[in-house]
Amino acid sequence: MFRRRPEARPAQGGRLVEVFVAGKPVQVPEGASAAAAVLLSGAPAIRTTPVGGAPRLPYCMIGICFDCLAEIDGVANRQSCLVPVAPGMRIEPQVGARAARIEDAA
Amino acid sequence: MITDLAIVGAGPAGMAAAIEAAALGLSVTVLDEQPAPGGQVFRAVEAAASDPALAGEFLDAGGALAKAFRAAKGIAYRPRTTLWHLDPDAGLLSVTSSGATAEIEARRVVLATGAQERPVPIPGWTLPGVMSAGAAQILLKTAGAVPEGAVVIAGQGPLCWLLAVQLLRAGVERLTLLETGSGGALRDALRAGGLWTGRKLLAKGVALMRETRARGLKVVRNVRDLRAEGDGRVSTVRWRQGTRDHALACDTLLLHEGVIPSTHITRALGLDHDWDERQLCWRPRLDEWGATSHPNVAVAGDGGGIGGWEAAAAGGRLAAIDAAHRLGRLDAAARDGRAAGVRKAQRAALALRPFLDRLYRPGPGILTPADDTIVCRCEEITAGQIRGAARRGAAGPNQVKAFLRAGMGPCQGRMCGTVVAGLIAETRGATMEQVGALRPRAPFKPMTVGELANARPEAMPELTA
Repeated sequence: MFRRRPEARPAQGGRLVEVFVAGKPVQVPEGASAAAAVLLSGAPAIRTTPVGGAPRLPYCMIGICFDCLAEIDGVANRQSCLVPVAPGMRIEPQVGARAARIEDAA
Repeated sequence: MITDLAIVGAGPAGMAAAIEAAALGLSVTVLDEQPAPGGQVFRAVEAAASDPALAGEFLDAGGALAKAFRAAKGIAYRPRTTLWHLDPDAGLLSVTSSGATAEIEARRVVLATGAQERPVPIPGWTLPGVMSAGAAQILLKTAGAVPEGAVVIAGQGPLCWLLAVQLLRAGVERLTLLETGSGGALRDALRAGGLWTGRKLLAKGVALMRETRARGLKVVRNVRDLRAEGDGRVSTVRWRQGTRDHALACDTLLLHEGVIPSTHITRALGLDHDWDERQLCWRPRLDEWGATSHPNVAVAGDGGGIGGWEAAAAGGRLAAIDAAHRLGRLDAAARDGRAAGVRKAQRAALALRPFLDRLYRPGPGILTPADDTIVCRCEEITAGQIRGAARRGAAGPNQVKAFLRAGMGPCQGRMCGTVVAGLIAETRGATMEQVGALRPRAPFKPMTVGELANARPEAMPELTA
C-alpha cells in the first residue's frame, strides 16, 4: 500500500481529486494516474487474470505490463497507469477477461 | 497539412529533437502518451517541482529541458496521444487520443519511445505488492506517494541507489536493498575504463551511495535466487547468499535489473535489430545519426540502446540535425558543423557505460529463470512450459506463442518476449540471433472498435509546446 506525502505538492496547496476505487473514495493528487489511485486506495487487486483468476496490482506504471487493466467509467480493459484521474472517476476491478456487452455495440 | 518531422515520445530525446528541429526551421509534431513532457526519467517534472525528495538532477536538468521544450516556437505538442500504427513509406502515423483516432502525415519520423525496465522473472513476481523499482519512482514523481511498511529494493543498477535515496528522503523508514550481482563484478568493470571521461556521472553515483549510508540504508550484497512469497500478496522475500538461505518480511518488493530499449514499434516496423550481448537486449541497428534501416525513420534515445538521459538528449539533437539535412534545409558541411559539439557531449555521456554495463550485468538467470517461474505474466506461462515447447520443436518466440499463447496477451510480449527467446536459446543450444524475436503487429496498443470508428482529427489535444 502507498501513502501520499503532503509535502510533495506544497505549491499547489494540496490540490486533490476525489475518485472511487471499487466504490471507496480516494484523494489523489491532480495529474496522477488511475493506477496511482488504486495503489493509494489499498485495494488488494485491480484485476484478476483471465487464465488463473490470480489477483494483480500495477507492476510497471509506464504502460508496458498491462497488469493495471481496470474498468474506468464503464470502459473495460483500460491501462489505468495511462489514464489521469478526473473528479468523480470510477475505477472498478477488471475481473477476468472483458465481457462483450450489447450496449457496447449500441 | 504535412509536418516535416513527427517525433514519438516527449522524454529527453524527443524534447531535445523537437527543440533542435524547430530551431532549424522544421515544422515539428510531438506526440506522447503522457499528459506532460518529461518521459519516464523526468516524468511529471513540472508538477513535482517542489518535492524535496526529488531535489537534484531530476528537478534541475529535467525541469530545464521541459521548460525549454515548452518555450520553443513551432512545435505542435500532442500529449495523451498514443501511436497505434505507422506506415513509414507513406509517412503516416495513426494515433488515438480521448477516444478518437486521427492521422498525422510526416516527411520524417523520429521514434523516441525510450526504455522499459528489464523484466525480472523470479518466483512470485506476479504477486500484488511486487512491482518494478521504476514503478515506485513513477508513483513518487506523479503522486508524491511512497510505499508503507517494510520495503525491499532487490536487484542492481544505478536506479536502485537513486530510488533508495529518494524513498529515504521521502520518509520511508524500513528500507532494505538486496543487491544482486557477484563480488568480482567491480574488478572486471574497472578494466572497462572510461572512468576519467565519465567522472561526473561516477561522482554522482558515489554521492548517492554515500547518502544512502548516511541515511542508514540496510544493504545486503551478493544476493541470488530471489523469490517472493505470500498469500494473495507478498509478505516474505527469500534469497541465497553464499551457501545460506535468508528471509525477510516485506510489504512491498521493488525489482530492478537495469533498463532495456523498448523495441515494440521498431520490431513491428520490421527494422533491422542486433542482439547486444553487453546489455543483454535487442537494439535497432542505427547509424551515427540514429537513422534506422528504413529511409524515413530514425530512433533517438534509450530506445536505440541504453545510454541515460544526457546521451538521449544528444541523440535527439543529432536525429533532428540529420532530418534537416535530409529535408534539404542543411548542407552536409553545416550538418557536420552543428553536430560536432553534440557528438562531444554524447561521447562524454556514454563514457561510463562500459563500466556500468559490466558492473551491473544481470546474472544468467535473468533470461533463463527456474522452471516454476511465471515468464508470461498475461497468459501465466512458466519457464518450464516454454522449455518444454522448445524441446518439442518451437525454434523461436513466434512459435512458442502459437504453442502456448506466451506473448499473446494484452502486453503483446513486451514483458516476456526476450525471456522466452532466452529459454529457447538455452534449451536448443542456439544463439539469440538464431532464435530471433517476437514480431508484434499493429495496433501497437489495444484499442476499442469505438475508437477505431471514431475518426475525429479535431479531437486531438494539440498544444503549442
